[in-house]
Amino acid sequence: MTATATTPATTETKAPTGPGMRFVNWGANYIEDRTSMSGLVKELGRKIFPDHWSFMLGEVALYSFVVILLSGTFLTFFFQASMAPVVYEGSYPTLKGVEMSAAMASTLDISFDVRGGLLMRQVHHWAALLFVASIGLHMLRVFFTGAFRKPREINWVVGFLLFVLAMAEGFTGYSLPDDLLSGNGLRIIDGMVKGIPVIGTWISYLLFGGEFPGEAIVGRLYMLHIMLLPALVIAAIGVHMILLIVNKHTQFAGPGRTEGNVVGNPIMPVFAAKAGGFFFIVFGVIMLIAATVTINPIWNYGPYDPSPVSAGTQPDWYIGFADGTLRLIPPGWEFELWGFTFSMNIIVPIIILVVFLVLVAFYPFIEAFVTGDKREHHMTERPRNAPTRTAIGAAGVTFYAVMWAAASSDLIATHFRLSIEGVTHTLQALLILGPIIAYIVAKRISIALQKKDREIALHGYESGRIVRLPGGEYIEVHEQLSDYERWRLVSYDDYAPLMVRPNANGKITFGTKLRGVMSRWFFEDRIAPVTRTEIEASKHGHH
Amino acid sequence: MAGTDGAAPGTAVERHESAPLPSGVAVISDDRVENPGFPPYRPRVSDTDPVKERQNERRVFWLFLASMIGSVFAVVAYIVFPIHEGDLGSVRLNNLFLGLGFALGLLGIGFGAVHWSKSLMDGHDMVELRHDTRGKPETIARASEIFTLGNKESGFTRRKLIRNGLLGALVLAPLSAVVIFRDFAPADDPATLLKHTMWEKGTRLARDPNGVPIKASDVTIGSVFHVIPENLNDSEHPLEEKAKAAVLLMRLNPEDLHISEGREDWSFRGIVAYSKICTHVGCPVALYEQQTHHLLCPCHQSQFDITREAAVIFGPAKRPLPQLPITVDEEGYLVAQSDFHEPVGPSFWERSL
Repeated sequence: MTATATTPATTETKAPTGPGMRFVNWGANYIEDRTSMSGLVKELGRKIFPDHWSFMLGEVALYSFVVILLSGTFLTFFFQASMAPVVYEGSYPTLKGVEMSAAMASTLDISFDVRGGLLMRQVHHWAALLFVASIGLHMLRVFFTGAFRKPREINWVVGFLLFVLAMAEGFTGYSLPDDLLSGNGLRIIDGMVKGIPVIGTWISYLLFGGEFPGEAIVGRLYMLHIMLLPALVIAAIGVHMILLIVNKHTQFAGPGRTEGNVVGNPIMPVFAAKAGGFFFIVFGVIMLIAATVTINPIWNYGPYDPSPVSAGTQPDWYIGFADGTLRLIPPGWEFELWGFTFSMNIIVPIIILVVFLVLVAFYPFIEAFVTGDKREHHMTERPRNAPTRTAIGAAGVTFYAVMWAAASSDLIATHFRLSIEGVTHTLQALLILGPIIAYIVAKRISIALQKKDREIALHGYESGRIVRLPGGEYIEVHEQLSDYERWRLVSYDDYAPLMVRPNANGKITFGTKLRGVMSRWFFEDRIAPVTRTEIEASKHGHH
Repeated sequence: MAGTDGAAPGTAVERHESAPLPSGVAVISDDRVENPGFPPYRPRVSDTDPVKERQNERRVFWLFLASMIGSVFAVVAYIVFPIHEGDLGSVRLNNLFLGLGFALGLLGIGFGAVHWSKSLMDGHDMVELRHDTRGKPETIARASEIFTLGNKESGFTRRKLIRNGLLGALVLAPLSAVVIFRDFAPADDPATLLKHTMWEKGTRLARDPNGVPIKASDVTIGSVFHVIPENLNDSEHPLEEKAKAAVLLMRLNPEDLHISEGREDWSFRGIVAYSKICTHVGCPVALYEQQTHHLLCPCHQSQFDITREAAVIFGPAKRPLPQLPITVDEEGYLVAQSDFHEPVGPSFWERSL
């Protein structure tokens, strides 16, 4: 680890003096003698972090998780995870005397009888929404910049697990207050679980401790929500961070930056101040939202009852894609065989969700197979410079977005005065066509941008200055780029389709054939980076 | 320059790998544009102008001071805006001012620290060299030697019998714990439970939620009732029973109903009763469109046509809502003739067995 800095000449190792410093020195030595902490500080203290706005998305996720832990701990001191029926006697007037579960009653007490209780509930809920959202955006950033490539494939999978765990945390938490909406959410989960072949009925029965809704589920989800899942999340974050340190952070191309170095700010002091400050900003923004915007007003919904449900109800945003998929299945997808019921209207959505998530988790390995590139990659790519990947990502985002929009099909219909049938049929068509269109458009845009970059790198940019030549001809003067500016446009990895050739035994294996086909798909349309010769030629042969 | 200084202008650090790894279908060109090296440092105003530097320093302090004010304000708000029982306005004020105080306390620290780092701390880019993630050959050789020694000294691969014995034991130990999950739920068979509801011959249809029985004469044409069994609220598990037994009762013009064979006497003068639990995933099918006689499930938009025995006309559900056979008793109250003739609610594997 050769990090370094000399610039501020004040960082001499001579021990500072003064009464305060004597105590600090004594404390530092006390800890050092017992922990050998200096080694860690030496290794990490001046570690370099590159700077780019998009690198902050993962930080938002991390910090909102800390906020979730803090606010959640406060809530556990008051919440009672019990479905035992009680008569509500708290201070919310309209529900006084209503029978409800202890969970619902204690949630109301937190909201209306504990100072700051409602605030902490809202902080917790908003932070949870932000947590999943920032993980999603962070994943998109990593995907579209190719930051998942070797050596970071494993960390991509760890991050993916965190995404799934975050959704599980969200869903279990959403179900705890035992209000009408969360009960309906559980009812839908129950219905989905029952549709799973062979084991579904039993899984639902064991999960709910008997028939739906039972009196067990809130207590069980609570245990998952505050113990098992957070433990897994913390463990996964630990692994995620350790791998981040081992692999070091990726960086965007820039003059002086190479695959062999990291350019940016040292942890001590710049990055620590920036990141530490940013934690407080994230916390502060969540606090500001929680202070001013109501979320999940369970007192308006009332306690869970299997009979009523209001129209236009929706899950938290990150479960939307699952709920939307359920809505998009056409009528009649269920059949019986040998007396058993196959609920394809449940099984197909589950398969779609699982396949989608598995593809997300395994994408790095698919691309690694296609390129066959075993080198380490530490330069993040601009999305345009990997057109096929960008197109695949756009298709995936569109697919997700359609599933997600489908969870609001009824609201879209009422809001825009459309028929629910029309909205559903449109979304069904979009689920298939949308990704195809997005793929083509994204790929063409990427290639067009690459062409533009190429043009600018070779001929400079339009200066807006029109000059009339002595011969009467008008031209626009192009300003040449500096070497530093040009470097950003010309330094990217270039791949070409595999030339399929027989191996040493004179055979073309299936793997080679497959790689041939897939690399043609990925790299057939390619804009090669500008070369030195081309730049030389353009400098001489230019008007 | 490597490893000694901040990025000096005009230098490029090239990577030196021990052995180049296969690059697959990557195009390796020796005509690549050369890395121009680090650009010269562009000083910030606070680097060159001491006035600006002091100004920035003051700004950072003001932000920290704002934070302190916010935190003190939060404590004051906690006391000054208490919650008065039953007064929702007081809850709102407590939430707002406490939250604003906290937010200012946090944002002041955050913006102060970030501003400090961006405007006053050393702004030079610094460089750190990367190393291959893969360890040095010596380290790898030593690691593999350790595994070899471990294997040799324990005989892990040589003593196949005990090794396989250990693996078997390790597999079986957690598997044996699976059985204890059985008592997560009572002893009954769920498939049997799901096939029955509280309804039986003579159970009166009552209003949801108060349990007042419904007379046939109360049900006018075009009206709809949310119905529960009369004895539901006295049952041992009212929520579980209600989740299966909830019913919608509607009265249509008898000639609008297309009644199939065998169900001729399941309705009474155009009054029909259908399970309210959606056959898709079990939401209550609560929205009745009086003009078209369609029922809509608000969760996933399955639609059922009541004139055609709740047949599915749209949405992901497959099966019609089960019909509850009804009649009237001698006092004129609507009663069930029997339980549903098929399981209600979402499909499950053993449903038709």
